[in-house]
Amino acid sequence: MSVTEREPGARARLAALLAPPLLWLILAYLGSLAVLLLSAFWTTDPFTSDVVHSFTADNFREILTDPVYRTVALRTLGIAVVVTLLDALLALPMAFFMAWVATGRLRRALLVAVLTPLWAGYLVKAYAWRVMLGEHGIVNAVLAPLGLHGPGYGTTAVVIVLAYLWLPYMILPLHAALERLPAHHLEASADLGAGTLRTLRSVVAPAVRPALLAGSVFTFSLSLGDYLTVQIVGGRTQLLGNVIASQVTLDLPLAAALSAVPVVLVVCYLAAVRRAGALDSL
Amino acid sequence: MRNANPWQAAVAAGVLLLAVACGSGGGGTGGGGAAERKSVGKGEGRVDLIAWAGYAEDGSNDPRADWVHPFEKQTGCKVNTKIAGTSDEMVSLMKTGQYDTVSASGDATLRLIAAGDVAPVNTRLVPNYRDIFSGLKMRPFNSKNGKMYGIPHGRGANLLMYRTDKVSPAPDSWKAVFDGAPKYSGKVTAYDSPIYIADAALYLMKTRPALGIKDPYALDRTQLDAAVALLKKQRQYVGEYWSDYQKEVTAFKGGDSVIGTTWQVIANTATAQKAPVKAVLPKEGATGWSDTWMVSAKAAHPNCAYKWLNWIVSPKVNAQVAEFFGEAPANAKACRETADPHHCAVYHADDEAYYRRVHFWTTPVPQCLDGRKNVTCTDYAQWTRAWTEIKG
Repeated sequence: MSVTEREPGARARLAALLAPPLLWLILAYLGSLAVLLLSAFWTTDPFTSDVVHSFTADNFREILTDPVYRTVALRTLGIAVVVTLLDALLALPMAFFMAWVATGRLRRALLVAVLTPLWAGYLVKAYAWRVMLGEHGIVNAVLAPLGLHGPGYGTTAVVIVLAYLWLPYMILPLHAALERLPAHHLEASADLGAGTLRTLRSVVAPAVRPALLAGSVFTFSLSLGDYLTVQIVGGRTQLLGNVIASQVTLDLPLAAALSAVPVVLVVCYLAAVRRAGALDSL
Repeated sequence: MRNANPWQAAVAAGVLLLAVACGSGGGGTGGGGAAERKSVGKGEGRVDLIAWAGYAEDGSNDPRADWVHPFEKQTGCKVNTKIAGTSDEMVSLMKTGQYDTVSASGDATLRLIAAGDVAPVNTRLVPNYRDIFSGLKMRPFNSKNGKMYGIPHGRGANLLMYRTDKVSPAPDSWKAVFDGAPKYSGKVTAYDSPIYIADAALYLMKTRPALGIKDPYALDRTQLDAAVALLKKQRQYVGEYWSDYQKEVTAFKGGDSVIGTTWQVIANTATAQKAPVKAVLPKEGATGWSDTWMVSAKAAHPNCAYKWLNWIVSPKVNAQVAEFFGEAPANAKACRETADPHHCAVYHADDEAYYRRVHFWTTPVPQCLDGRKNVTCTDYAQWTRAWTEIKG
C-alpha cells in the first residue's frame, strides 16, 4: 500500500525531502547539545577565564556537592511547578468558557485577547511588570486602600510574571482539546444517567488530560530556563538561569555543567508525562 | 523499538561531532603574541567598541552629550557601541574577537593581556598620549614588560548613593549598607559582581583591624570568609542587586532602593530625572576604577580603533566624558576644557594622595598583591564561587 511499491524513485525523493530538516535537527540541535555536554568536562584558567581542554569531572562533582547549587536548583524547580499549577488553574476555566459558553464574536474576541500578548516583546512585558510591582506602582496603589502591600520584587513577583507570560501556552492547547470534544459525548453521558461530576470525570477529564500535560510541558520547561524575568523583578533571587548566565562569562565549562541540570529535569518531566500517556495522541 | 534507526543516526552524529570538537580543541592559549602597530593608515569606515555606560555617548541619552557623531564626521569611522555592565562581561565580549577596542578597568586589563586578547599600543601613534597625567602611565594594571597596553581614560571612585528624603541622617560611612543595613531592610542595593567583595573587605579593613586586611584585593582564606559572612548578612536586607545602570536609576527613582553603591553617572542621571538622590565618598575611602582603552589583538578595524583612542583622550572630548560620567579625566589639558572650571579639583584629577584612598579594581590572584609571602591569597575564581554562594 505504500508509495514506494508503486514508484521506484519515490523512496529517493522522500529521502531528499527529509534529509535537510533531519540533518539540521541532528547537527544543529543534538550536535550543539553534545558539544555543550562535552565542554562541561573541560576546565578554565582561573585568571584569564580561557577554556583549558583537559578532561575532568570536577564541574559535576562541584555541582553535586556544593549546597548552593542544590538550593538554587530546588528553588528553580519549585517556581516552575508553582507556575505550572497556577497556569493550569487559571487556564482551565478560561478555556472551558471560551470553548463552550462564549459564542460568535465574544469567543473570537477572547481568543484574540489570549493571543495578543504573544505579539508583544518579552522584555517589554517583564519591564511593564517591574513598573507595576514597584514601590510606587499600580499594584501597591490598588492594594493601599485595603491596607495591604504588594509583594515587591522577589520570588512571588517572579511567579506572578512567569505565570502571566506562559499563560497563553496553557490556554491554547486546552481550548483546542475542549473544542474538539463532541457535544453528543456529553449528551450520551447524561442519557446514560451520569451526573455532572461523573461526566467531568469520565468524559471531559480524559479528553483534556493530554492537552493539560502538553501545556504543562511548555510552562514547566520555559520557567526552568528563564533568567531575564528574575533579573528584572526577582530582587535578590537567583535561579539556575542566572547562575548559568553569571558563569558563562567566567567559567564556561561550569556553566555547561550547570546547564545539564535543567536538561535532566525536563527530560525527567517528559518521561513522566510520557508514562502518563499524554504523548500518545501527539 | 520502532524508532531505532533515527536514534542510531543521532548517536552516530553526536559521536562524530565530539570527535570533531576534540580535534579542534588542541589550539591552546597563546599569551600576548600580537605586535604593536607601526603606523595608522586610512580608516576602515567602522569601529566596534565595548564601553562602560556613558563613555561613548551619541546624544541619545542627553542631546548635549555627543562626542560620537563628531568623531564619525571627522574620521569617517562609523561607531558601534556595546555597553557592558561588568568587567567580566567585557572580558567575555573581548574573547569573541568581534570588537576593536574596550574601555577596560583594572580588574579586566591584566586578564585580557594574559589571555592575549589585546595587543600592545604604540603610544607614538596616539598624539594625545603625551598630555596624559604621568601618574597614569606605565602602571601595573595597564602595562607589561615596559609596554603600554592601552591609553588611560580616567578614574574615579564607587560612591554611596542615598535618597535624601528616605535616609537620615546623611550617611558618611559604608556602615549604612553593612552593620546599619537593617534600618533600610529590603531597600538596600549592591553591585552584582564578585568584585563587590572588595567593598566588604575595605569596610572590614577599617572596622576590624584584627583581620589584618591591607589591600581589599589581597584576601587570604580567613579574610575572604569574613567578607563573605558580612555580605551574607547584608543580603538579608538587600532589595535587589544591580549591574545594569538603568535598572539602578529606576530603582532609586521609584523608591525600591534607597541606599547602596553607585557610580557618579548614575547619580547624575537619577538627578536629571528628578529623583532626590545624593552620592558621597564615605570616610573609609572606596573601591574605584582606572580605565584604559585597549585594542583587540584581532581588531578588524585597527586604524579606526587608534583614531578612536586619540579622539577619546583629546582634551575637549576627555573633558566632556569626564564631566558626563563624573570622573577625573586622564588628559591634563582636559582640565582647561571642562564646563565647570573646578571639575578637576573636585575629582582630584592629579591628586595622587587622594587616589591612595581609592582602591582601584584589580583581579585578585594567588600571589598576594599586598606583598605577603607566607600565605596564598584567594583568586578571582574563588571570589566568583563565593559570590554565587552569597547570593544563595
